[in-house]
Amino acid sequence: MLKNRASSCNASEVSGSFLGDVLQLSCAALLLLAIVPPAQGVWPLPQSLSSSAERYPLSPREFNFLYGKGSAVQPGCTVLDTAFKRYFRITFSGYGGGKPLTVNKKPGCVSPDGSRCGSAPLAALVVNVHKDGCDGFPDLNSREDYKLSIADGLGSLSAVSVWGALRGLETFSQLVYQDQEGTYYINKTDVVDFPRFPHRGLLLDTSRHYLPVHSILETLDAMAYNKFNVFHWHIVDDPSFPYQSPTFPNLSSMGAFHPQTHIYTMSDVKQVIEHARLWGIRVIPEFDTPGHTQSWGKGQPGLLTACYKGSVPSGTFGPVNPMLNTSYQFMSMLFNEISSVFPDSYLHLGGDEVNFACWKSNPDIQQFMKKMGFGTDYRKLESFYIENLVKIVTALNKNSLVWQEVFDNAVKVPADTVVHVWKGNKEQYSQEMSSVTAGGFKVLLSAPWYLNVINYGQDWMEAYKVEPLGFNGTAEQKKLVMGGEACMWGEYVDATNLTPRLWPRAGAVGERLWSDEAQTSNLDTAYDRLAEFRCRLLRRGIRAQPLFVGYCDHEYERI
Amino acid sequence: MALIKLAVLFLAASVCLCSKHKSEKVPKLVNSQYGSLWPLPQSAQISVSAFQLSRSSFQIVHAPKSSAGPRCYLLGEAFRRYFEYTFGYSKRLNKDRKQSGAGTEVSELQVLITSSEPQCDGFPSVSSDESYQLTVDQPTAVLTAPEVWGALRGLETFSQLVYKDEYGTLHINKSEIKDFPRFNHRGILLDSSRHFLPLKVILANLDAMAMNKYNVFHWHIVDDQSFPYQSSLFPELSKEGSYHPYTHVYTPADVKMVIEYARMRGIRVISEFDTPGHTQSWGLGQKGLLTPCYSGEKPSGTFGPVNPILNSTYDFMTQFFKEVSSVFPDAYIHLGGDEVDFSCWKSNPDIQKFMEQQGFGTDYSKLESYYIQRILDIVTGTKKGYMIWQEVFDNGVKLKPDTVVEVWMGNALEEELHNVTSAGYTTILSAPWYLDYISYGQDWQKYYKVEPLSFKGTDAQKKLVIGGEACLWGEFVDATNLTPRLWPRASAVAERLWSHKDVRDTDDAYSRLSQHRCRMVQRGIPAEPLFVGHCDYEYRGL
Repeated sequence: MLKNRASSCNASEVSGSFLGDVLQLSCAALLLLAIVPPAQGVWPLPQSLSSSAERYPLSPREFNFLYGKGSAVQPGCTVLDTAFKRYFRITFSGYGGGKPLTVNKKPGCVSPDGSRCGSAPLAALVVNVHKDGCDGFPDLNSREDYKLSIADGLGSLSAVSVWGALRGLETFSQLVYQDQEGTYYINKTDVVDFPRFPHRGLLLDTSRHYLPVHSILETLDAMAYNKFNVFHWHIVDDPSFPYQSPTFPNLSSMGAFHPQTHIYTMSDVKQVIEHARLWGIRVIPEFDTPGHTQSWGKGQPGLLTACYKGSVPSGTFGPVNPMLNTSYQFMSMLFNEISSVFPDSYLHLGGDEVNFACWKSNPDIQQFMKKMGFGTDYRKLESFYIENLVKIVTALNKNSLVWQEVFDNAVKVPADTVVHVWKGNKEQYSQEMSSVTAGGFKVLLSAPWYLNVINYGQDWMEAYKVEPLGFNGTAEQKKLVMGGEACMWGEYVDATNLTPRLWPRAGAVGERLWSDEAQTSNLDTAYDRLAEFRCRLLRRGIRAQPLFVGYCDHEYERI
Repeated sequence: MALIKLAVLFLAASVCLCSKHKSEKVPKLVNSQYGSLWPLPQSAQISVSAFQLSRSSFQIVHAPKSSAGPRCYLLGEAFRRYFEYTFGYSKRLNKDRKQSGAGTEVSELQVLITSSEPQCDGFPSVSSDESYQLTVDQPTAVLTAPEVWGALRGLETFSQLVYKDEYGTLHINKSEIKDFPRFNHRGILLDSSRHFLPLKVILANLDAMAMNKYNVFHWHIVDDQSFPYQSSLFPELSKEGSYHPYTHVYTPADVKMVIEYARMRGIRVISEFDTPGHTQSWGLGQKGLLTPCYSGEKPSGTFGPVNPILNSTYDFMTQFFKEVSSVFPDAYIHLGGDEVDFSCWKSNPDIQKFMEQQGFGTDYSKLESYYIQRILDIVTGTKKGYMIWQEVFDNGVKLKPDTVVEVWMGNALEEELHNVTSAGYTTILSAPWYLDYISYGQDWQKYYKVEPLSFKGTDAQKKLVIGGEACLWGEFVDATNLTPRLWPRASAVAERLWSHKDVRDTDDAYSRLSQHRCRMVQRGIPAEPLFVGHCDYEYRGL
């Protein structure tokens, strides 16, 4: 409780507090902090950041993002050109472009808190990228490390790839702040930064509720602010099939909630992929089979298994019918299309929660089981299906991500398949991480990060405290942990509540996957930065909900 | 209200997270004979014969014999609002086809106010008549209500009866509705102290309240954390006590706007100025008001509840409540009185001496009662009635007979209701409806299943329960998440407080409420989904 109270003061840190130094003793110390500029307030925390009280003013009328002379990429680089424009707006979010802001250029001036203003304004951030490549897509091996230095009125950002430069620009934008008079400042700072895990994902579910494209784009923006780099698009499922397939248009015209208003057209999908690319975010689509496919059956008769009641079909349907050649022909054509629409080298194949009751009821399936020598072990039938599907996908030169059941059921999958762990409590998922990596597979963690599950209070802390490498295993095994994903399943979420439910809670996962675990083990200091960061998100137009009592200088003003 | 909250927090934390697609009990979607009506009227006969409505010819008008006419600004605004709700805001390029076939179209809704005092310029009160009768037939539908307040409720019902067919044509079925609320006090509490709520958010929620036939906005306007109410007499209170003296305050003009916006929707605004606890922010702009806490022999620099032993305290309160009682027109003011922490009082030697003088011994609840008693007398002097949290009653403070006791503690709830009503006081219930407590799944059902009169008591006692309030405390809520967190969960409470006590069929409710939430979304309220599914018009804002 005390902690929470103290935190209520910190939320006002950005501007200094009119509440004064009264509420609690614990506040007094923090309010002193409030006078010092929030130079430490970067989220997620960089691997190494040092800064001093020396600071430089920035003038929005004069400031520039520039390509370094020796940089391998130059003007015309779409990723950085776009990023410069975006980060100008973000960095100077209070800037209307009107009257010139007064910038104190006098050397040796003293600001109200006594710190030195720096001798000259920061006129530019010079960006150097060492490797060419502005038109490609980020992937699992992309270099996201960068170095940022602000000193002697000079800003320089260097990175191996444009993706690293993007991460550095985000950090830069978070280092800039306004004082009470509205002048922008940045302190003398050195940052050396790189991600702890290469796969830092967020899952959105567009089947249980349709999410308008602008909701997805806005989520991608917020992901970039949190240095997430994978958008796991759980695009279809039992309730609806919003993906409009050129090859099989009936899938969405019959399977979507509405064939015109509740679908993603090819141009919608391309827009999402390009928007993500410009933020350095991969888009991994999930087409989950053989379960979770009720909506597929509507537009593709014969695909799903007919369930039987006694000796007659009941009229209901189960998972994909795994014994028909037509099923695999269909999958082959569909995944052929998908693999060309989605450029990422990974596809998520699902494979979770297959209910065997329908298969069991169907006499043709029973016969097939006998023929194949599966006995009554329906997991073997499931494995048979998945193995065939993985072969199809492998032939398309794609790698596969699968939910953990595929591993649990001992399906034969290629060695570079990534297993996605989603089940159970800490003990259970740790055990699973252990087994999967002992089997030599790469692994992703999601079990503790089901953000659709909500609780009263500051539940971001639970997400924050997770240690992805906390399982028993060798150093070799731990190297197989690619990262994790925060999941926002859609049962109770649509465009009305998605954003506040996601942010800043997903930010906790973002930091856990990016930052050094030893430097980010303290919840109190994390609270301070996260509360400040959520006010930043508001300033950028993201409807991020509060952590606790307090306020932001600029509240959310829409409905 | 923090103590109980903590307990709930632990409960919530133990909920298991077992499965990816964890499913709560989901009610069946049925084809309700009542369509999308919410809350359900007391009596509704909806026939199968349907009429059309056309944007170009339909009108809402005053009935010739109505006691309210064109000068009734309140109704004129309501006519426009409900026309827009019914037909949408977009102007059609092509005029709708004129229906030539007589007998298929409703072209007019006549609103007939029967009382000689239609209340066009008045404020709603606890005794306002909200009953109405609605007859939908062709070519004219008639809405009859004694007062404008009932007409507002009836207009909402009328708008809920209209539906679109597959071709986009609007229809309404021949219907006969007689309706009145089960409880007179149906409130929503919003907390603008723990987080500041911009005016827009408050106004949007007044709209949503009207869509759900709520009639009380309980404005928990100040508390420990901030004092956003800008007082004309004591401007220092918000200057020093708000989060920011310009951007995070409610000016007198803001407050007026809220009150008028609410009035136009038949909603009372009851302000709460909670004392003597929950007043940390008051102390910033009113030196000497709070009790200095001591650490040993010396003041520690921190402050406790309002200082109850000083005359200056009561002088301040007299002036302050005089202002409040003229700013807020409602006949009631909420005086709080909950959760007074005695430790600071105990530490202060002057307070100790005063306790001795008064013969209170070491019973600090007597000191609390002493304070409250004086505040009640002050407020009585302003000709206002008051509402108080249950502790004030529990501590045996002498109350006026028309005091409303608000029961908020979940433990021994029925016993408390029994006690309050057997002492003859009116009461409202909010304990089961703390909507700031969230959990995974369809928790609206929990709120829906509450029966406010299930406690032991005589009929006379039960009559003293005048309603309830859904409370959305502000620890974790601000403009970013308030509206989707409140709606449609508060809609469940709305039906419990408006409709007949036997309206409890969860499947039927789920079916109507799903449509009602889509209607709110279409009207611009980001009400969150109940479960998997879709609305024809999804939320377009961000």
